[in-house]
Amino acid sequence: MNNNDPKGIPQTTPRMSATFTRDVNSDIRRAAATGIYDIRGGGAKRKLPSFDDLLFMGASISRYPLEGYREKCETSVTIGGLHAENPIELDIPITIAGMSFGALSGPAKEALGRGASAAGTSTTTGDGGMTPEERTHSTKLVYQYLPSRYGMNPNDLRKADAIEIVVGQGAKPGGGGMLLGQKISDRVAAMRNLPKGIDQRSACRHPDWTGPDDLEIKILELREITGWKVPIYVKVAGARPYYDTTLAVKAGADAVVLDGMQGGTAATQDVFIEHVGQPTLAIVRPAVQALQDLGMHRKVQLILSGGIRSGADVAKAMALGADAVAIGTAALIALGDNDPKWEAEYNALGTTAGAYDDWHEGKDPAGITTQDPELMARFDPVEGGRRLRNYLKVMTLEAQTIARACGKNHLHNLEPEDLVALTMEAAAMAQVPLAGTNWYPGKPGTTY
Amino acid sequence: MQTIDLSKVGLRETNKMLQAQSAETNQTSWEIVNPRGSHAIACGLNAPIEVTIKGSTGYYCAGMNQQATVNIHGSAGPGTGENIMSGKIVIEGDASQYLGATGQGGLIVVKGNASSRCGISMKGVNIVVQGSIGHMSAFMGQSGNLVVCGDAGDALGDSCYEARFFVRGKVKSLGADCIKKEMREEHITFLRGLLDEAGIDADPSEFTRYGSARKLYNFHVDNAGAY
Repeated sequence: MNNNDPKGIPQTTPRMSATFTRDVNSDIRRAAATGIYDIRGGGAKRKLPSFDDLLFMGASISRYPLEGYREKCETSVTIGGLHAENPIELDIPITIAGMSFGALSGPAKEALGRGASAAGTSTTTGDGGMTPEERTHSTKLVYQYLPSRYGMNPNDLRKADAIEIVVGQGAKPGGGGMLLGQKISDRVAAMRNLPKGIDQRSACRHPDWTGPDDLEIKILELREITGWKVPIYVKVAGARPYYDTTLAVKAGADAVVLDGMQGGTAATQDVFIEHVGQPTLAIVRPAVQALQDLGMHRKVQLILSGGIRSGADVAKAMALGADAVAIGTAALIALGDNDPKWEAEYNALGTTAGAYDDWHEGKDPAGITTQDPELMARFDPVEGGRRLRNYLKVMTLEAQTIARACGKNHLHNLEPEDLVALTMEAAAMAQVPLAGTNWYPGKPGTTY
Repeated sequence: MQTIDLSKVGLRETNKMLQAQSAETNQTSWEIVNPRGSHAIACGLNAPIEVTIKGSTGYYCAGMNQQATVNIHGSAGPGTGENIMSGKIVIEGDASQYLGATGQGGLIVVKGNASSRCGISMKGVNIVVQGSIGHMSAFMGQSGNLVVCGDAGDALGDSCYEARFFVRGKVKSLGADCIKKEMREEHITFLRGLLDEAGIDADPSEFTRYGSARKLYNFHVDNAGAY
């Protein structure tokens, strides 16, 4: 463009392509320069239909509300009562999702345990085994049973309050993992029985079983080893929620953990995170339907995760039929991840607070997703635990506020009838009416 | 000798009795009859006892074993000895797939053949097979030793780390990043000891050693085709 055209011909303004955006172009240039796909942490960043597209209607003449702070709104949940001798009793239905020691520092894992315990909920190990500080500081600890089996041993298995067999996660349904060598300290290497400094690959499927029939036998073995005492969860990505939920229940799961594509990962290909899986909003109703069809809704608990951020999200998940939720990325932010106080250092890493997602590189200025002793020392696990507790309390209060406004004396009593959708997409996915109508796409008895 | 009829006592009560044994138990010898291919027999044991199963077993027999010796007088189903920590498992017949998967210690001996994915993701266990093994064995093997007196199937040791493989017969093909290595005196001495421990009569000098070329230890785009 030249605004000083000598012939006086009007010039067009520069126009960016909607297809080849600045982001896309930078992706292409990065790929051309390196020959390697982009790996990052976190979940899907693209705009997706979400719980933000739903609203509660609140009370009216036909539905009267409960008095805020006066009339009780219960929040407790029991998980795993179907087969386990000792089900998990939680004060709040917001749990901490699995995140590995290795991906996170030891003090960060300790803080998750402190915060979750103070709020009356559980935390979860990850792809790296159980650390003593995590077990010590978590009153309820869920032990993940992953394809890699890093650090897996029957003694830790028996120390767990529940076992979570991980089949998939929302950020990468069908994908394994990679912990890059920069984060493989002596301790991480020893726990995983691998040389220090090498890239540690985590397999995408379990080494000793395939399919639902095998899973049933695997669950039997784990129950036999732990004396049928603790609940066994099965975690699946939000790929085929109706069938995966059905098969998990058939295999004997006490609870199903369902993770949408906004759910985070420590390190996965960006193309995987952004293009495989389904939004959290889209997966909850099919899973609930599966449980209802089996007569197992509320007997086998559904724990929903993937981009849960607030008490409103909690309330919406529960209104759609979930028994509890799990948070990961939000918990890390509560601990101090991506805090603007480290902006200068984020800038030095070529990013900005809120956008930092190279968790796999181990350079986290907040000292959370790192094994670097100097960076780790910046993070205080006691203060981190307090912040997480506060955040969990606020989420709970928010969810209670909404539930009371809907006239519910327990979060579990929230129901789809309390909701409307702001968009056609959300109405179809959540199977609640488009605001101002009594209709949603696919509503039984309607044609379109 | 304590004898348990699994068909009458049931799996839960059988495992409960075996798991209840402590390091000081004087009931060190157990026999299980009528296993009839049941799954998860004698899993999660943690005492220096000897359990002999008179017949064939299903999935995950002796899974996560610690200290105990488990003898299977028959053939063993998938995932036998998965994640074994210590102790010994001896299979008189053949073993199905995933034998000793993710095993972290101890010894597994197979008098017959072992199927595919034998020693998958092994993390310290020693496995000695008198016969042959199937494809994709020791995939992503991290540490420990897999000894095969017969032949190995396709893709032995694919994507392995520091696990070592000793094969007396033919290897149909090696997996990504798995290479033939020099059999030095130290390896012959080690292998002789392991064969003795397994009770298998074979000349260690007749074996070939295989292991990781360590080229996939850190991702490099030039190796992308190997992943």
